[in-house]
Amino acid sequence: MLRIDTLSAWYGEAQVLRDVSLDVAAGEVVTLVGRNGAGKSTLLRCVMGLHAGQRGTVELDGRDIGRLPAHRRARLGLGWVPDDRGSYATLSVTENLTLPPAVGPDPWPLERVYEAFPALYDRRDSAATMLSGGEQQMLALARVLRMGARLLLCDEPTEGLSPLLVQQVGDLLREAKRHGVTVLLVEQNLHFATGVADRHYLLAEGRVVEAMDNSEVRSRERELLSYLGI
Amino acid sequence: MTGFLQNTFNGLVSGAFYALLALGLAVIFGMLRVVNFAHGAFYMLGAFGAYVLLSEAGVPFWAALVIMPVGLGLLGMALERAVIHRLTRLDPLYNFLLTFGLTLILQDLVKSRYGVQSSPYATPSALGGSVDFGLFDFPTYRVFILGFAVAVCVAVWWLLSHTRVGMVVRAATERPELTRAFGINVGRWVTPVFGFGIALAGLAGVLAAPMRAVNPLMGADLIIVVFAVVVIGGLGSIFGSVAAGFGIGLVQAWGEAYLSDFPIVSQTIVFIVMAVVLLWRPAGLFGREEAPA
Repeated sequence: MLRIDTLSAWYGEAQVLRDVSLDVAAGEVVTLVGRNGAGKSTLLRCVMGLHAGQRGTVELDGRDIGRLPAHRRARLGLGWVPDDRGSYATLSVTENLTLPPAVGPDPWPLERVYEAFPALYDRRDSAATMLSGGEQQMLALARVLRMGARLLLCDEPTEGLSPLLVQQVGDLLREAKRHGVTVLLVEQNLHFATGVADRHYLLAEGRVVEAMDNSEVRSRERELLSYLGI
Repeated sequence: MTGFLQNTFNGLVSGAFYALLALGLAVIFGMLRVVNFAHGAFYMLGAFGAYVLLSEAGVPFWAALVIMPVGLGLLGMALERAVIHRLTRLDPLYNFLLTFGLTLILQDLVKSRYGVQSSPYATPSALGGSVDFGLFDFPTYRVFILGFAVAVCVAVWWLLSHTRVGMVVRAATERPELTRAFGINVGRWVTPVFGFGIALAGLAGVLAAPMRAVNPLMGADLIIVVFAVVVIGGLGSIFGSVAAGFGIGLVQAWGEAYLSDFPIVSQTIVFIVMAVVLLWRPAGLFGREEAPA
């Protein structure tokens, strides 16, 4: 579904991605792991079209989307779940959910979102930034599901969440996967990653250094954790 | 008591002009991240346009109240497409140079044709006379301005808070890049929003024509206070700009009335308030620190 070929990216003079190539098949959940500064978030931003200095190929369903502006990519079914959760202070919870136009074949109706997230329903008229961190993370995920996005780009969706909420995020991603949604996520929590994802790419200094499946990550967990510095 | 009420009413009328101008600056800054230093020139064009329409074509006030905002809004949209949009991603200094340069060009174009003398504009006959409020009389035209400006501010607030367009403008104002990532073509809304802000300045200009001296520099005098208003309210904050507009109108009127023995204070009170507000809340009363993209 998503194919990235020899993608390089820069912040000014500093090169943060070096010839990254990877594939994500339809219906797969794939994580990007790596130390801070390895280029994981930049890779997601390049896919979304939010990073200006880049070279290489980004293909969605065989179509080169590397030159399209972000809003066109979103309309092709990319769902953006940013690391800061992307809550709008000047929009209510309902407005946060309905801001993106419905794009995919299976957008969730608002009623279904609120059935799945009763806490959001209770706060539907509040400013989104008044929600707790966990609720804002649910809002960010609920927003791209309501949109009907086919490929979710999630930047550390479990960061700073309690174990219970981490589990809820996992349940949600697994449910999305059951409905055929594809997910590319940046994740530091290896336990969480192996629980939701099919495959993993290890990034270091802007390169993909290893592609691993779940059993490999589990068997090398200690080595990986010490490498990641966690 | 009567004097106090009269001063208060006068302050609210001045505040109505500040609010309309600051509101336009706020929506423009929010959407474009451009501080439009030419805003006062468009206010002046609104007033001058009304004067020219009446004196040279016999077009009455009520028609000018529609023609000038629409015409200036269109001119604003053309300028946005021609030059203003080039300011994105440039150093803010270019923002100042371009919009200040536009101000000088517009002022001098009017000056070269009509000179610097003030032109009289008669109050529309339906709004002549005064309204009796029991304790004091107040000119009908000023009552009209106050009601009209409040109605426009409420309408803009309603548009922003209850329509899909308003939601998109709020989202794009708060976080432009994120909003693009949610499938919204933010760029498509930039030109109409700029035109809308300019139209509000033109509207304020037409309203000013019958009560203020119509001359090429009328905007330059006013806009300095309006920028203080915008800073006090919080740059980009819609509610803040309107609240600060009326608030500063009141402060100025009360200062002139009750601090007239201290001219240094009464003439600079707006900027004293601005300095105090900035020390206390650097982002303004209702402003927010810029969120990351």
